[in-house]
Amino acid sequence: MSTIRKPDRRTLLKGGFSLGALAMLTGCDVTDNEPVQRVLWNMSWWNDRVQGWLSNPSRLAPTYSESAVDRVFRYNAFYPEDQAPQLDAASYKLELSGAIRDKRPWRVDQLYQLPQSSQITRHVCVEGWSRIGKWGGCPLRIFLERIEADLTAKYVGFICADGYYTSIEMPTALHPQTIMAFTFADQVLPRKFGYPMKIRIPTKLGFKNPKFVVALSVTNNYPGGFWEDYGYNWFSGS
Amino acid sequence: MAEGVEKRRLYPRYVVLHSPVVRITHWLNALAIIVMIGSGWRIYDQEPLFGFTFPKWMTLGGQPEISQHWHNEEGLAGALQWHFAAMWLLFASLTVYLVYGLVSGHFRRSLLPVRPRAVVRNLLAALHGRLAHNVGERNAVQKGMYIGVISVILLTVLSGLSIWKPVQFQELTSLFGGYDVARYVHFFGMAAIVLFLAVHLLLTLLVPKVLPPMITGRARNWR
Repeated sequence: MSTIRKPDRRTLLKGGFSLGALAMLTGCDVTDNEPVQRVLWNMSWWNDRVQGWLSNPSRLAPTYSESAVDRVFRYNAFYPEDQAPQLDAASYKLELSGAIRDKRPWRVDQLYQLPQSSQITRHVCVEGWSRIGKWGGCPLRIFLERIEADLTAKYVGFICADGYYTSIEMPTALHPQTIMAFTFADQVLPRKFGYPMKIRIPTKLGFKNPKFVVALSVTNNYPGGFWEDYGYNWFSGS
Repeated sequence: MAEGVEKRRLYPRYVVLHSPVVRITHWLNALAIIVMIGSGWRIYDQEPLFGFTFPKWMTLGGQPEISQHWHNEEGLAGALQWHFAAMWLLFASLTVYLVYGLVSGHFRRSLLPVRPRAVVRNLLAALHGRLAHNVGERNAVQKGMYIGVISVILLTVLSGLSIWKPVQFQELTSLFGGYDVARYVHFFGMAAIVLFLAVHLLLTLLVPKVLPPMITGRARNWR
């Protein structure tokens, strides 16, 4: 399936029997083995379960004052900023599928009619950095109730205009701070941050906050996610 | 014959230095901590706190080209997987070690008391190369080092938890001064552990006879 390379002798000798070499001996070689990968993925799956038990669904993420908001928010995606999808409000549609009674798609102006609230919370990236931002929009719970989604289903999945996709478990979808965000820093959500709609989840890592959401599904079948399917921890709760 | 048996009883050939629990948890803790340091360096490299990064070959998380195949990036996912897998090994092993240490009296017997004056005296003797090193006996400097590293490991675990779960464990995170400060605490905790490891390994190299007892539990009785 893949070519498994061993560290070459020269680097090995150069490293000597230092801690680094020890890490390398147990490291590169081992990590790239398929059975080891399997164990690591299973551990990550175990971590999903533990986080599910550990996460109190009514626990609120800390909120901050306006003065704490980071003026320059960081852009992050798997492509450069100028390649971000440019969606047109006139043709935009939020498609619905799965365990939902009313599957009629939603236009931007309809979404804007939903009850709105705002939050100043910390966006924590899996890479380690964090920024405090202000998002405004409709609690996802209200939307899910409005479309008569089956709230006992396991997952809510999102598909984005840039080919990204991710999913969350129902308790997080119903969390009071999980919102469909239409504004950022009191302005219409900018293109680079997911115009016209992103899902803001302050109880999850940044990559669990999809931008440019064009489709939403409620399902009992594990929908996975773009990075999740590449081995990033699925639950990734903060 | 009878005399020999009598002698053996008075002066056994071996003395037991480390109980099985201490030995097993020592090596499991060591493995878990080395894996967590190696993978932690790779995670650090993704978003460095300072103006340097760890060379890739020193870190744990898979070779970049192969990681590209598995994870579509150069090895953060692999490092995170290692970090959060070894976390469980450390959690289990450290818990057993700490509970055993407290309940069995191992900590009380081996690590206490540490008198500041004795630490200074031992330190000066060590610097002059005159510190007696008897297998199975810990001098005040060693006791201080072990108490210190156990405390630092706990601090690093707690700061790690507050980075991992800044919402669920938000009280802990704010105890550290918030998410960003906790990252620095976690880093410096790691640095202190690495420093301890360097000294620990150096001393083991200088006095190699301390190594076998940590594996077999026994040391030859020289009396």
